[in-house]
Amino acid sequence: MRGKRGLSALPLCLWTCAFVFLPLLYVLFISFLEKGEYFGVSRVFTLDNYARLFSPLYAGILLNSLKIALESTLLSLLIGYPFAWFMANKPPKTRSLIMVLIVIPFWTSALMRTYGWMILLRNRGLINAALMALGVIEKPIRMLNTSGAVLLGTAYSMLPFMILPIYSSMEKLDPALREAARDLGAGPLRSFLSVVLPETLPGVMSGLAMTFVPSTGMFFISDLLGGGTNMLLGNLINNQLTVSRDWPFGAALSILMVGMTFCVMSLCRRVGGTDGTEVF
Amino acid sequence: MRANNRGGRAGRAVSDLWLILVLAFLYLPIVMVVAFSFNQSKNGVLWTGFTTEWYRALFENRAIAEALVSSLTVALVSCALSAVLGTLGAVGLARARFKGKGALQNVAVLPIMLPEVAVGLAFMTFFSLLGVPFGRLTLILAHTTFCIPYVLLNVQARLQGLDPALEEAARDLGASPQRAFFTVTLPLILPAVLSGVLLAFAMSLDDMVISFFVTGPETTTLPVYIFGKLKTNVPPSINALCSLMLGATLAVVALSRLVRRGAEKGR
Repeated sequence: MRGKRGLSALPLCLWTCAFVFLPLLYVLFISFLEKGEYFGVSRVFTLDNYARLFSPLYAGILLNSLKIALESTLLSLLIGYPFAWFMANKPPKTRSLIMVLIVIPFWTSALMRTYGWMILLRNRGLINAALMALGVIEKPIRMLNTSGAVLLGTAYSMLPFMILPIYSSMEKLDPALREAARDLGAGPLRSFLSVVLPETLPGVMSGLAMTFVPSTGMFFISDLLGGGTNMLLGNLINNQLTVSRDWPFGAALSILMVGMTFCVMSLCRRVGGTDGTEVF
Repeated sequence: MRANNRGGRAGRAVSDLWLILVLAFLYLPIVMVVAFSFNQSKNGVLWTGFTTEWYRALFENRAIAEALVSSLTVALVSCALSAVLGTLGAVGLARARFKGKGALQNVAVLPIMLPEVAVGLAFMTFFSLLGVPFGRLTLILAHTTFCIPYVLLNVQARLQGLDPALEEAARDLGASPQRAFFTVTLPLILPAVLSGVLLAFAMSLDDMVISFFVTGPETTTLPVYIFGKLKTNVPPSINALCSLMLGATLAVVALSRLVRRGAEKGR
């Protein structure tokens, strides 16, 4: 009986082996090979692809990538955490309205929303026009094609992924806990720090899990808003595949990214008891 | 007491302001794209007047029509495949104990947990190893793979709240396992299947990164087409195209809310 029921997972098992497990295994395999003649791979074993990660050029790109990822994750946490908190304190009807408003950008194309920022940030765009009309600036300031724009665009795209898990951990929070803290004489700040913050940490952690590593890989944001001035890990991988045709090095970079994802996910599981998948 | 009250009012003002500003921040770029899709100006920088010309231009554009057909084909086929694979998988994972169950669960959701560019690279290198011709087939295989987790996770969440005694009762009354599944379990999890599939549909329709790596020279999907145009000079019809895609996504979100609400009422 048991075995028969397990059978219904067989198609999923086969599909997952064929199109998730084997491709990732193959990426790991070719990351140890030399670049081949016709934009493929040769059969020569090498550790060179990993050694190159530590060369000044690529280490610089990696550090820059991590810096932008860290900054944009913190930025979306700073915007998203208070948002989730204020949202959780609203009456149920308002809450579900805001929920719909958060879910819509979550579902819509990040590409299209990035394009919206291109319209907003360009020299004759709305932001420059507004600042000039207000007399804050005289000439338009260059906002598009700067690393600030990449940071903004990345934090912006990550925001719904940050808000949703934090909000869901706040929703689970028992209001009696906060009342108890108040009754015991804790002020609003103290009750927040000693009750709300620790209880919502799992939400914060899964928010981080869903935003930190992916933000190093969103090459179209830095392409479109940074104008190629800002190389991120994602751009580097894209270049290896489409421009320099160096698949093994691209594979090594991907393995690095996968490794980072696993680290962040296992850290989140340890701290928060969740890996972020509950948001979907 | 009064001081407390004033503090409460100020607090409420701050909270409302924060909520409104963040929502404005989230929607501003989206509103810009839609607004500029009705702008007369050809270079699309300054507002010169209202027009629907760009929407009309879309319908005359052959490349866009072809990209739309392939986007829709890929999304529909991948959603159908992922609905079956994800639902059966969720049921199998919930009801049975077998070796490697946890591993299967973790590996199956990897396509949406890993950065898209890494997933794209894996598909691109693997498909070229197998010699699968790049085009609609590779798009469908890749999209199905990243659609499965959405269905799987949605159905699993629903199955967790379901009483296993229901299916057992059907079995005790003499129903075959298949019959028990189709008459008892499936109707109960159907809303979750649908909302998972709708989310997967939206994600498939919007995916640019993974599609970018697995499209062939002769097929392109709408997001890949749009990305190509955004990198060079942006024709004004792109605004109209993005707005229509937004409309499609909104319709899918609305449908999914309806399905969920219907399911909650029916419970």
